[in-house]
Amino acid sequence: MAVKAHRVGMEVSIAVSHAVQLARAEAIAAYPITPQTHIVEHLSSLVANGDLEAEFVNVESEHSAMSACIGMSATGARTYTATSSQGLALMNEILFIASAMRLPVVMTVANRALSGPLSIWNDHGDIMAARDIGWIQIFVENGQEAFDHSIMAFKIAEHYKVLLPTIINLDGFILSHVVEAMEFLDQETVDSFLPAYHPRFSLDPKHPVTMGAFAMPEVYTEVKMSHQMALVNSYERIQKVWDEFGDLTGRRYKPVESYRTKGAKVLLLTMGCLSEVAEEAVDQMRDAGLAVGLLKLRLWRPFPFEALRAAVGGTELLVVIDRALSLGGAAGPVLAEVRSAFYPMASRPQIVGYVIGLGGRDIPPETFKEVVAQAQAEAQQGPTAEYHIFGVRG
Amino acid sequence: MSKPIDQYTWQELEVGIILPPGTAREYDTGDWRSQHPVWTKSRCIRCGVCWTVCPEGAIVEEPGGYFDKNHYCKGCGICVKECVTGCISMVPEEE
Repeated sequence: MAVKAHRVGMEVSIAVSHAVQLARAEAIAAYPITPQTHIVEHLSSLVANGDLEAEFVNVESEHSAMSACIGMSATGARTYTATSSQGLALMNEILFIASAMRLPVVMTVANRALSGPLSIWNDHGDIMAARDIGWIQIFVENGQEAFDHSIMAFKIAEHYKVLLPTIINLDGFILSHVVEAMEFLDQETVDSFLPAYHPRFSLDPKHPVTMGAFAMPEVYTEVKMSHQMALVNSYERIQKVWDEFGDLTGRRYKPVESYRTKGAKVLLLTMGCLSEVAEEAVDQMRDAGLAVGLLKLRLWRPFPFEALRAAVGGTELLVVIDRALSLGGAAGPVLAEVRSAFYPMASRPQIVGYVIGLGGRDIPPETFKEVVAQAQAEAQQGPTAEYHIFGVRG
Repeated sequence: MSKPIDQYTWQELEVGIILPPGTAREYDTGDWRSQHPVWTKSRCIRCGVCWTVCPEGAIVEEPGGYFDKNHYCKGCGICVKECVTGCISMVPEEE
């Protein structure tokens, strides 16, 4: 099918709100928080101006935003929200309920550090504190990916075999607020890709059902198991939706993406928009004759264990980059997951972890080059720590 | 529910645990209590105060005009405290 697309230059946040408009979101409840604000502000304008036929509920907090989203999604409406940092933390208890009730809410998280100290700048501390909420969690790298995944997320979340809320992680400011060139799809193409949402059950006085009932000890474990299996099994559907979108647009996405990994002895592993900086660093290191490649982890939940092992292959050294701390713990959240993925393997790479870019600390390509050099030295001499916080003074 | 809840496997549960309405009726909350109210019917003036204050809606009006408990009473004793004539008293549950 011939796709009608047009190229635009636009702030990424505004592009996300247009993607949500093209996806024909029917219900939005959101509370503004930096750096998510432009997304919901623009959606609010689209609704107010009659350009998007949706209910926009102004709420008094993120706790209420997610509660309203659950109610609206339960009525069968295609539901969207966005938040960041403290807002994600405030809606925390409701996040678990949305996923346990299997309501396909789609949410953009403009990733930002958690207080304290108060910081409005980018890292992944907010989403990593909400790691275990039972949602599908995807990371995007640039404006085009943010646009594409904002549409695809609805198709994944609402599939009758998935029915799970989905988060698209978008780095705050360093991605959300930049102006980029993107290829937009037209309404007809999006409509052909994304059918309307018709849940089997919804809140309807004519056909009453009980949703969100409590569970006695006799059945709580079984409920959690069904949720766990739904999230694990969503993997296949996620890839199918991404493939279908790839057939339509030529833009293909995978749970773990490889960049110049052929013949690499060292692999960096990154998430989010720092992957583009890491690509630049890999290019420079390759030019200098170093066999370094890059893995980009797009899908965080469900965690792509098999795809990661396949992508790492026989590489000797894997350098894992975290953008969040697990204070007092074994490692940053990504490093802990990656180590777990390889622990049962008879043959596995050496794995060294670095935490970088906390609270908006700038990461130029040189950082990745220094990290690789330090990791290689550590791989030869043996580990000096469970993991390293790179560039910390003192 | 077509069978007792402790016999369901995880595969048999409806996605999102969606149930028919009104299933809370099947749950006998009265088995939590350690004591229950007993009415001295001759002293009941049928004012309905106990019916009004019962947090569980466990007190019902019966054809004779007085009020009695059912199996959703958790034994909180508010009806005893509020009864105008003092015709209700709490009695310990027996094995």
